[in-house]
Amino acid sequence: MEQFLQQVASGLANGAIYACVALALVMIYVSTDHINFAQGEMAMFSTYLSWQLMTWGLSFWWAFIVAVALSFVMGVLIERLILRPLHNAPVLSIIVVFIGLLAIFNSVSGAIWSYLIKEFPSPFPKSSFGIAGVIGPHQLGVVVVTLIVLGLLFVFFRYTPLGLAMRAAAQNPQMARLVGVRVDWMLALGWGLAASVGAVAGIMVAHIVYLDPNMMGGILLYAFASALVGGISNPAGAVAGGFIVGILENMVAFAGNQIEKTTGIYIIGNGEKLTVALIIVIFVLTVKPAGLFGRVVVKRV
Amino acid sequence: MAALLEVKGLKAFYGQTQSLYDVGFEIETGGITTLLGANGAGKTTTLRAICNMVRREGVVRFDGKDMMRLPTEEIVRQRIAHVPEGRGTFTTLTVDENLRIAAYTRRDGAAVARERERVFAYFPRLSERLQQQAGTLSGGEQQMLAIARALMLAPRLMLLDEPSFGLAPLIVVEIFRILRRINEEEKVSILLVEQNAALALDLADHAYVLETGKVVMSGPSAVVKNDENIRKSYLGY
Repeated sequence: MEQFLQQVASGLANGAIYACVALALVMIYVSTDHINFAQGEMAMFSTYLSWQLMTWGLSFWWAFIVAVALSFVMGVLIERLILRPLHNAPVLSIIVVFIGLLAIFNSVSGAIWSYLIKEFPSPFPKSSFGIAGVIGPHQLGVVVVTLIVLGLLFVFFRYTPLGLAMRAAAQNPQMARLVGVRVDWMLALGWGLAASVGAVAGIMVAHIVYLDPNMMGGILLYAFASALVGGISNPAGAVAGGFIVGILENMVAFAGNQIEKTTGIYIIGNGEKLTVALIIVIFVLTVKPAGLFGRVVVKRV
Repeated sequence: MAALLEVKGLKAFYGQTQSLYDVGFEIETGGITTLLGANGAGKTTTLRAICNMVRREGVVRFDGKDMMRLPTEEIVRQRIAHVPEGRGTFTTLTVDENLRIAAYTRRDGAAVARERERVFAYFPRLSERLQQQAGTLSGGEQQMLAIARALMLAPRLMLLDEPSFGLAPLIVVEIFRILRRINEEEKVSILLVEQNAALALDLADHAYVLETGKVVMSGPSAVVKNDENIRKSYLGY
């Protein structure tokens, strides 16, 4: 039983990370109809930034705040400088740009900070919280921090004029212009926010997966699965999808372990977690392409 | 008196296709002007060109100010409210959010609150549907929300594109009655594009007739209404 709870708890912690990255993907998707394949690498770069700031003497939380702010600026700049000129480019060109960004961030990080795996500190004191035997302090901290971030975003989008303008711009850009919303800037802001949320995820997960230029590769896949499960066009769905995928992958591995223990037959285990995510992707795409909470969009062509 | 909106030699293009050739007209302050014409004559395009939503050439002056260099967002800030065809609302946002985003460019909170009260006086039904998603409203209610949205801008000029489109006759009459009140009580000048020429000529004091991207006739509504060609082609008697 304790083992089971442990698995659920660690699933929640992973799920919180997936939820953040999935939300970042969805934020860009709803306003541009593109999936930013470089989202994970951007988060990884942000995590390196925070690591660099810490080695320069900043405390964890200051490094966290500065790195998240820098990521915001980075996101805005990428939209303004790289994607704006491609405004009318065909989808394939934009995908190639995203893949290019992915490769650039990956190799630039490798060039600056080397590909050696680094340890990354946890800001949550070992003694203070956590429930012994069920959830560790870092895992609980991750869940709390991401929930705070998601809560702040919810309040921003739901209750502030700027958040409302961003939603309006995403839903109907032409109408948004007709009420005076500067849609181009809303897109750039969306990129900034997505990069920031990704940075939070990266900095929170680095203690678990360690810091290296490829740290976000698998996580991006999980996040993609999460966004699909929740419905790629629904931010709240993506967050829910993150937690669902996080817990589900652990449950499947846990069930596999139990079966092995009782019958001695190995079917599935920790090594196949990523496979589970990919199966989820295929399953959702074939059975319910709009996701659990998504809406079917019928486009006239 | 100088015209509120002055359009001269307006051309508009969709990609390589030119759809307006030489459109010119003037709108008096406080008046209601209508653009008539068959499908494809360029009525909607004219409204879109005024707001810089299509590539355009020519002269558009609002209150003496050149509008040719301004992007749509800035033209809106001159308090020109455009209600596009097919219900200009944000369908996934609630009625309340639609009204709030409509006042996005305004910083005078007290005046916005007063506007909101005025809007509810015109459209009491909207105040009962505040938390409902705009997309779930009936067609008539959505058109009312679109006009309400335009009013929240405290516009000096309202561009209306086919407000009667797809609505039951009774609702259309109601909406046109409200438009007249808005014109009289709020001193909002109106440029109306309408398929229903009889209705439009009743409401408007001036009319321009478009054919294949050119103005072919203009004059006071009473005169246009009695023109034999207009009667045959647009009024059907």
